[in-house]
This record gives sequence, C-alpha cells and structure tokens, in this order.
Amino acid sequence: MIELQSLTKRYGATTVVDAVSMTVERGTVAAIVGTSGSGKSTLLRMINRLIEPSAGTVRIDGRDTAGVPGHMLRREIGYVIQGHGLFPHRTVADNIGTVPGLLGWERARIAARVDELLALFQLDPGLYRGQFPHQLSGGQQQRVGVARALAAGPSVLLMDEPFGALDPIIRDKAQADLLAIQRRFGTTVVIVTHDMDEAFRLGSRIGVMTGGRLLQFASPTELLTRPADPFVERLTGTADRALRLLSLTTAASLVEPGSGECTVPAGATLREVLSELLWHRAGAATVLDESARPLGRVTMERLCAHGRPG
Amino acid sequence: MRGLAFAARSLAVLLLAAFLLVPQRFAPLFEPFTEYGAPPIYDQGSLLGLAVAHLLLVFAATALSALVAVGLAVFVTRPSGAEFLPLSRTLVNIGQTFPPVAVLAIAVPLVGFGLVPTLIALFAYGLLPIFENTVAGLRSCPPAVLEAATGMGLDRRQRLYTVELPLALPLLLEGIRLSLVVNIGTATLGSTVAAKGLGEVIIAGLLSNNTAFILQGALVTGLLAILLYDAMGGLERRILGALNVGGGA
Ligand SMILES: Nc1ncnc2c1ncn2[C@@H]1O[C@H](COP(=O)(O)OP(=O)(O)O)[C@@H](O)[C@H]1O
Ligand SMILES: [Mg+2]
Repeated sequence: MIELQSLTKRYGATTVVDAVSMTVERGTVAAIVGTSGSGKSTLLRMINRLIEPSAGTVRIDGRDTAGVPGHMLRREIGYVIQGHGLFPHRTVADNIGTVPGLLGWERARIAARVDELLALFQLDPGLYRGQFPHQLSGGQQQRVGVARALAAGPSVLLMDEPFGALDPIIRDKAQADLLAIQRRFGTTVVIVTHDMDEAFRLGSRIGVMTGGRLLQFASPTELLTRPADPFVERLTGTADRALRLLSLTTAASLVEPGSGECTVPAGATLREVLSELLWHRAGAATVLDESARPLGRVTMERLCAHGRPG
Repeated sequence: MRGLAFAARSLAVLLLAAFLLVPQRFAPLFEPFTEYGAPPIYDQGSLLGLAVAHLLLVFAATALSALVAVGLAVFVTRPSGAEFLPLSRTLVNIGQTFPPVAVLAIAVPLVGFGLVPTLIALFAYGLLPIFENTVAGLRSCPPAVLEAATGMGLDRRQRLYTVELPLALPLLLEGIRLSLVVNIGTATLGSTVAAKGLGEVIIAGLLSNNTAFILQGALVTGLLAILLYDAMGGLERRILGALNVGGGA
C-alpha cells in the first residue's frame, strides 16, 4: 500500500507537484495520466525519493519513507522507465540480478531467480541469460527491464511510461504480461502514462493530474460517469466514453442462457463483443469458455444497457 | 591486410630489438652519416638502458597524469563539482599549451636538474587528452541507464564504478594512449636537464655534429612511439572486450 499525504515539490517559486494526497491499495494498479509537464514523473519519483519532496509524506506499507536512506529505499521498490535503461555492458542475467546482488543474495539464489523471471517473461533462460541488451529486440529489452525491476520481489513497482517506445502490437502484449505478473505477485503498481487506453486497460484506479494537482483519483467507471472536473472529462474524451465503459467489462459478466449468431471468448470486453455483433449483423453472440464450450449468450439489448450505467 | 599489418609490426619489433641489443651490427648503415672517422653508433652509454629509462619515465608521467586527470574528470562531472569544470578545463589546457621546454626552464630552479622537472613537464603535458576524453566518456553515458542505476538503488560510488567508468572506459583509454604517445616524443627534451633518456643520443649528436647519432635517437624514439601506440590499441581491445564495452562484445 502506498499512501501519499500532501506531497509537494517546489523548484524555487514554481510548484511542480501541489499537495497531492492519494492511497494506492495493496495489490492494485494506479494509473496516472495528465498532460505533459503536469508533474506525473515528479510525483512518481518522489515515491522512491529519486526526487526529495519539498513537503508531505510518503508511506509504503505503513512506513514513512523519509526515515530510510534513499538508495536503500530504492532497492525495495521496482522502477521501470521508458527506454528500459538496461546496462549495455552487462548480460541479461547480470542486469536482472542487479538488485539481488546489491542486497547480498547468494549467487545460486540470484541465478535461480533470474531463470525464473526469464521464463515468466517467455524468454528461454538458456538462450537469453548470457546475451547482451543490444542483441535483443525492443520488446525483449523492455521485458528484461520489467524483470529486472521485479528481481528482488518488491511489493511496489513504479513505472514511468514504460511502454511508450513500443509499437502497438508489442505494447498490447507487454500490458497483458504486466497485468498477469502483477496479479501473480500481488504487486502494488503506480504507472505513469499519457496513453488513455493504457490507463483504462491497466488501472484499477486512475489519477488525473494537471498543473501539479491531482484532480481526481477514482475507478475507471467513476472517472467516466462522474468526472470531478471538466478537465477530466476533456482528457478522457467524451466522443467514445460509452465504448470505453464497455471495454471495462467482460462478456462473461453479461451472460444469459441461450445462444447467438456469432461467438466471442468469455474474456472479450463488451466493446469487442459489440464490434463482433456489428460485424456479423447479429443480435446476440454465443460466449465460449477457454475450452470453447458455450456458456450462454450476450444480447445486443443487454449490451446497450451497459453503455451508460446508473 | 591483417597479415600485412602483422608482418609490419613484427618487423618493427625485431628491428628495434636488434638495434638496441647489438647496435654495432648496424654500423655500416650509419657510416655514411659520419665525418672524419667519428663513431657511427652511439657509444656514450647503452642504447637499451636509455630506451628503458625513457619508457619508464614516460610511463610514470602518464600514470600520474591519468590519476589526476581521471580524478578531476570524475569530480567535475559530479553535481557537487560541476562548477569547477571551467576552471579545471583552463588548468589542463594551460598544461598542454605551455611549452614543455618552458616548464623545464621554470621547474629546474625550483626542483633541480634530472628526473623530477622532466616528470613535471610530461605530467602537465599529458593531462589534457586524458581529462577531456574522460569527461566526454562520462557524459556519453545514456541518461536512461544512469536513471535506472540510481532508481534501482545503486549509491553514487556503485554507480560510478559499475556503470559510469566502465562505459567511459573506451574514451578514457584512448586519452591515455594519446598522452603516452605524445610524451614518448616530448620526453626527449628531458635530456636537456639531465634526465636519462633517448634525448641524450640526439643531444650528443647535436653537440658533436654527428648526424648518425641524431638519426639513431630519432628513429628509436619514433619506433617506440609507433609500437606503443599499436600495443595500446591491442590492450584496449582486450580490456574492453573483457568488460563488454565500446564494441568489445
Ligand atoms: N529540476 C527541475 N527544476 C525546475 N523545474 C523542473 C525540474 N524538473 C521538472 N521541472 C518542471 O516540472 C514540471 C513537471 O515535470 P514532470 O514531472 O516531468 O512532468 P510530466 O512527467 O507530467 O510530463 C515541468 O513543467 C518541468 O519543466
Ligand atoms: Mg514524465
């Protein structure tokens, strides 16, 4: 759990982060969005004290971080940035083993952890552990960057536009991997992004910043249905908000008995179901579970009712 | 092409070794450059001894330059030392632009004749390339790499030794190589203030009007410089290869 209380950063007379308070519950993902220069990175970097706050407190799992030396604190917190920052002169294994090495783990334990993480990120350990970063593709480098941040099993992971440099298909996969791994380890994640789709896909809650202030920190649904400020509404966009809302729910949640004219997987979002229905000019879609057994159907009517709840 | 370079290198090494070990064998070659039956080969001391003394002097001076220049470069690239960058740059530039002869002239009255004033002159002369190259190397570290290093919890020292210096090493070593080679030639000046070295041969030639001596001193010095430049290049590639930096991997 991360608790920020009136967290403030001033440079001279300019206030870059202005009394931000928020609580990120353990095991959830907080996505921070906002225009460029709104203070997102500064806020994130105050959590691991890469930037010393001018005022306010940061508590991680109940402990005030101000009492811990900065570099010791950072060994307990995963940190991923755009452009991964892998050490070019170190192998993949050495890169991933950096923090465990700093923490004094034994070699055998580090090696085992490296292989575990490589396998988790679908990189064959035998093939990749001895390679150098420049031998990897952009997507692989980013995966190694995330693996490196998770190496010592931090309870908190901070990410600053981690997927910004990836092309759409690889980014999509990276986001899916992140969610899977975050759930597996129960990591608390704060991710800064300027990609609204990414925020809605990853965020359990989304924080909107402008001019150093946190305008709203709420669930994606609440952000869409009860924006706290015209700026929030503008940033999330009104033209496709119904579709965004549909993308937050999966087909499985609307299943009713019966069958339809086309099929969708249970994990598909309602937005994807809608697209399928439109494409097949169908009134209902059969929902299939992972082994392709029919679970029931989703009808266009029920789906439409979900375009604006409450 | 590679074979040719290897052959040329081997030939140069053999030639130099032969000349330093049995210089008298080369007497017929230098005979035409002498007059009135003057000795064709330097006979006022061992050429090998002078070459070794010359090299040791240059190594010692360059080691000192490297120590100070790298230390200074590290200091001025830290946040706390950034304001000293212009001053440091001026100082090492003076070391380079101030003629070594003038340094000798100033140093001798202060520290006496011999090795010490020469060491001072060479030390000052060798600072600039190492300093500038190290600063450039440290600055060339990708910001994302530095940010990630700090973000993972490396302290300043760990970051310097495990990330910044290794990544700066290709340029740093190139600077040392430059200093070393330039100082091989410059060190001949040391003989004007009685430092043991190959300059003695040249000066003896000048004093006795013996062109053969001058040629010998100059050739040995030149060959040493070329071979050292070459050897340093090989050494650099090995070090960088072992550390996987600068195209070594
Ligand atoms: N060291 C600094 N000194 C002065 N202003 C800074 C400094 N670092 C960042 N800023 C300013 O703080 C603001 C917020 O920066 P940042 O947190 O990087 O924004 P974001 O990540 O949202 O794009 C920007 O206007 C930036 O110019
Ligand atoms: Mg930013």
